[in-house]
Amino acid sequence: MNSCLPRTLSGIVYTGVIVVLALMPVFVQLSGQIFYLDIFSRIMILAIAALSLNLLIGYGGMISLGHAAFLGIGAYCVGIPVYYEIYNGWIHLALAIVACGVFALVTGAISLRTKGVYFIMITLAFAQMVYFTFVSLEEYGGDDGLVIELRSEFGSWLDLEDNIALYYTIFGVLLLSLFFVHRLVHARFGRVILGSKFNERRMQSLGFETYRYRLVCYVISGIMCGIAGLFLGNFTSFISPEMMDWTRSGELIFMVILGGTGVLFGPVVGAGVFILLEVWLPQIITFINGLGLGAKLPHELWHLIFGVTLIAVVLFGRGGIHGLLTRKKRP
Amino acid sequence: MNTIKKGLTAAVSLLGFLGFAAAAGADSVKIGFVTTLTTPAGVIGQDMVDAVNLAIEDIGGKMGTLDVELIVEDDGFKPDVGKQSTDKLVKQDDVDFVAGYIWSHVLLASRKSVLDAGKFLISSNAGPSQLAGKLCHKNFFSTSWQNDQTPMAMGEVLNQQGVKSLYIIAPNYAAGKNMVAGVERTFKGEILGKDMTGWGKVKQVEFAAELAKAKASGAEGVFIFYPGPPGAAFIKQYQQAGLQGQIPLYSVFTVDSISLPKFQQGNLTGVKGSRMTMFWSPDLDTPQNKKFVSGFKQKYGRYPTSYAAQSYDTIFLIKSAVEAVNGNLDDMDGMRAAMEKADFPSVRGKFSYGNNHMPIQNFYLREVAEDDDGVWTTKIVSTVYENHQDSYAKDCKM
Amino acid sequence: MDWNLFVIQFINGLQLGILLFLLASGLTLIFGIMDFINLAHGSFYMVGAYFCATLTFLTGSFVLAALIAVGGVFIVGVIVETTIVKRLYRSDHLDQVLVTFGLILVFDTLVQMIWGPEGMVIPLPAVLDGQFEVGSMVFPSYRLLIIVSGLLVAAGLYVLVMKTRLGMLIRAGASNRDMVSALGVNINRLFMLVFALGAALAGLSGLLIAPITETNIGMGNGIIILAFVVIIIGGIGSIKGAFYAALIVGLIDTMGRSYLDSLLKLFMSVQNAETAAPAISAMLIYILMALILAVRPQGLFPPAGAA
Repeated sequence: MNSCLPRTLSGIVYTGVIVVLALMPVFVQLSGQIFYLDIFSRIMILAIAALSLNLLIGYGGMISLGHAAFLGIGAYCVGIPVYYEIYNGWIHLALAIVACGVFALVTGAISLRTKGVYFIMITLAFAQMVYFTFVSLEEYGGDDGLVIELRSEFGSWLDLEDNIALYYTIFGVLLLSLFFVHRLVHARFGRVILGSKFNERRMQSLGFETYRYRLVCYVISGIMCGIAGLFLGNFTSFISPEMMDWTRSGELIFMVILGGTGVLFGPVVGAGVFILLEVWLPQIITFINGLGLGAKLPHELWHLIFGVTLIAVVLFGRGGIHGLLTRKKRP
Repeated sequence: MNTIKKGLTAAVSLLGFLGFAAAAGADSVKIGFVTTLTTPAGVIGQDMVDAVNLAIEDIGGKMGTLDVELIVEDDGFKPDVGKQSTDKLVKQDDVDFVAGYIWSHVLLASRKSVLDAGKFLISSNAGPSQLAGKLCHKNFFSTSWQNDQTPMAMGEVLNQQGVKSLYIIAPNYAAGKNMVAGVERTFKGEILGKDMTGWGKVKQVEFAAELAKAKASGAEGVFIFYPGPPGAAFIKQYQQAGLQGQIPLYSVFTVDSISLPKFQQGNLTGVKGSRMTMFWSPDLDTPQNKKFVSGFKQKYGRYPTSYAAQSYDTIFLIKSAVEAVNGNLDDMDGMRAAMEKADFPSVRGKFSYGNNHMPIQNFYLREVAEDDDGVWTTKIVSTVYENHQDSYAKDCKM
Repeated sequence: MDWNLFVIQFINGLQLGILLFLLASGLTLIFGIMDFINLAHGSFYMVGAYFCATLTFLTGSFVLAALIAVGGVFIVGVIVETTIVKRLYRSDHLDQVLVTFGLILVFDTLVQMIWGPEGMVIPLPAVLDGQFEVGSMVFPSYRLLIIVSGLLVAAGLYVLVMKTRLGMLIRAGASNRDMVSALGVNINRLFMLVFALGAALAGLSGLLIAPITETNIGMGNGIIILAFVVIIIGGIGSIKGAFYAALIVGLIDTMGRSYLDSLLKLFMSVQNAETAAPAISAMLIYILMALILAVRPQGLFPPAGAA
C-alpha cells in the first residue's frame, strides 16, 4: 500500500502540484479570481510544450532553439481553418499532427546530421524561416496575427468556449502527455535515446541506428509541441508569428532547465514558476511603487530581476528545482 | 506585538497585490491602460502614461463624484502579452474602461477580451482599418485616427506642391502597409519604387541599400514612415548619404517630440524644415491644447508627442461619459451616447465621431522649427483636410 | 543594369560584412578556444555604443571617445569574465546559453536605467559626416571609414593570431585546450584576455555603427543572431572562416534587399513580388546557413584538429 504514496520530497511536491492543478477551478470559483484560471491554463499549455522539448534536451541531448515554431504551426492549424469557417476540432488536430510531423521529419532529417552548437543554430534557422513565412502570409494577417473568433469544436459533449471545460481538457492532455513520456523513456526506445546522448558510438556498435531513433524522437516531440500549440491558439483566441520568435524558444528551454532537465515532471514546475514570475514580478514593482516610499522603481526592473534569477539558477541551482528538491545534505 | 501587527499588515497588502483582496469600493471609476513600457518603444508608452497622469491631476482625480483609479499594464510590444495584460485588467481588476494601445497588432489581439466582457475599449493610438470598418463595435472608440488618414493628407500635400514622382520606404508590417496604401490613394504622381524593410522584434536600422535605390530612381521626393528609434536612424543616414537638398523627405509619424531632442543634441540640422502631416501639433491654437502643452512642459520639462495628446484626450472622453450618467457606471447606453457626441474639451478642438466611432477631424501640414527658447519642435504650416473622415466608415454596419 | 548603383550596393554590403566580422571574430575566438557560447556578446556591442555616445558629448571628439570606449568595454569584458563566465567554461552549452541570456536582460535593463529608454544620436565631425565622390558615384564618407578601419583591425588580428606567441597559444587552444595548459601556460589569464579582446572588438563594431543608427536598448540582440550565423557558416573557431562568412552574409543580405524584388518581378506579378521580396530577403541568410550545414555540417572552414 505504502508504495503508492510519494516518499521523497520531490514526489510530494509533484503530487501537490497535480492536486493544485486539479482543484484550481474550484479555488477560482470560490475566490472569484477568474484571471488565475487563465494563468494556469497557460502554464499547463506551456508545460506540454516544455515537456516535448525536454524529450529532446533532457533525454536526447538535442538542444533545439527552434521549438517555438511547432507551437506556432499548431496554433495556425486552428487559426487558418477557423478563418475559413471550419470549426471541427478533429480536423484541426489532424492538421496539427500532420503539419508538425512533416515539418519535424524534413527539418529533423537535415538538422540531425549536425552536432552540438551547429544543431542549435540550424534548428534556429528553420524556425526563423517559418517565422518569416507566416509574416509574409498577408491573407492570414501577416505579422498582425490572426484572431481566432471561435474555438475548436470536438462535439456536443465538449464546449471549449467554456473556460473551465477548456481548462480540464488541457489538464487531461497534460496528464496524458506525462504518462506518454514516462512510458516512452522507460521503453527500449527511451533507453536507446538516452544511451546515445551519453555514448553514441557504443549504441551504434550495439547495432542501433541512432540517427533513426533520434529522428523519430524529434518527430514525436514536434507533434507533441504542435498539440500544445493547438491549445495555445484555442486559449488565446489569437495567433501571430511573434509567438514563434527565437526568444520564445529560449523561454521554453529555460522552463526545462528551471524544472530540471531529463526529469519527467521538471517542465511542469519550470513552466509554472516561469509564468508566475512573469505575472507577479511587474505586479510586485507596481505594488512597491504604490506604497509611496519615495523612490519610484522603474517598470523594467523586473527584467533585471528575471535575468539575475536566470543566472543564479544556473550558477547555484544545479539541476533546477528538481535538483534543489532532491539534494541531500552533506554529512 | 507591534512587529506582528506590521508583519500582518505587510502580509495582507502582499495578498492584495496578488489580487486576492476584496474588490475596491464602487465609488471609483477604474481605467485600465495598456501600453508599451519595456523595449526601446517604452519611451512612447512613458509619454502616454505621463499624459494620462497629467490629465488625472488636471481633473483633480475625480470624474463627477467618483475617484479615478488608473491601472497601467505593459504589453511588452507583443500581441499575446498585450492580450494577457488586457485579460488581467478585465478579469482580475474588473476595470470599467480599457484604453491605451500603441500598436495595431496588440489592439487587434486584445479587442475580443474587452468587448466580449461588455466593457468600453478606447484606442489612444492604434487605428487599424479593420476596427474602422468590418470589425467596428458599439463599445469601441478612438481618440486618434485611422491609420490611412495621415498619409492620405500627405499625398494631398505632395499634389499641392507639384511633386511628380515619389519613392516610398516603410517598415513591412500592418501599419506600414496602411501608411503606404494611404499615400498611394491620394498621390497623383508616379511611384518610382517601394521598399518594405524588416520590422518585428529585430528592426532593420541600416538603410544604405534602400537610400541608394531611392537616389538612383531619380524620384522627386521620398516618403517614409518610421515610428520610434528607426526613424532617427533613417534621417541620419539620409543626411549622411547627402540626399538632403537633393530629394526632399516627406514623413508621417517619424519626426516627433521624442526624436527631435535627440536630433538637436546630435545637431542634425538636416531635419529642420522637414515636413509631415498630423491631426495635431503642440502649437495648435485651442484652449485645451494650450493648457495641455504648457502643463506637460511644466511637469515633465519637454514637449508632448501626439501619442501623449491622444492619451490626454482619452481621459477627458471618459470623464464626459461618466459625468453624463452621474456616475452610474452600469448605464452603458448612456455613457456610449455621451461619448458619441464627442462633447468634451479636446486638444484638437471641436470634432465629431463618425458612425464607426473614429474621429472626423482636421489634418495639418507641420514643419520642424525652433521655438522661442531655441528648442526644436513642430509648427503648423497649413490645414490640409477639414473634417476628414476615414475611408472604411462605409464598411462599418453600425 | 545600373552599374553605379551596383557598385554602391556592393560597397554597402562590404561595410555590413566588415561590421559583422568585428562582432563575429570575438565570438568565434571565445567559442573556439573556451568552448563558450556567449549570447550576450551583443551586449558588449551595445555598451560600446553607449560609452562612445556619452564620451563624445563629454570630450567633444568622436575619435577620442571611440578609443576610450573600446578600453572601457575591454574592462567590462574582464569584469564579466572573472565574475560569471569563468565558472562556466566546463559547463554544458545549455547552461552557458541560459546564463548569457540572463546577462542580456541584465545589461539591457542596466543600460535603460542609466541612459534612459530613448537612445542617443552620436554627432560626427564634419569631415566624416560628408560624402565621398568618385566619378558619378557618391558615397557617405563615414561608411568608407568603417570599411577601412574594419580592414585594419582584421589585418591586425591576422598578425596577432598568426605571428605572435599569444596568437600561437590562441590557435593551439582552439584545436587542443589541454595541450596548451600542459605547456605550462597560465590558461586562466589567456582565457580572460581572449574574452576581453572579443568584448572590445564587439564594442568597437557597436560604436562604429552607432553614428549611423543611433544607440538603442537591445541593439545588439538582432545582430548577434547574424553574427552566430556568420561563425556557423565560417566554421567555429576559425578567424578566416568568420572573415569570409561575414562578407558573404553582408553581401547576400544587402544584395537581396536591393535586387530581389526586381528579380522576382521577372516571373511573378508585381503585387506578389512586392509581398514576397521582403520575406525572402529576410530569410536568405538562414536558407544559406541551412544549405551549407546540410552539405558541410562543420561549416566552410572548420579549424584543423577540431573534432
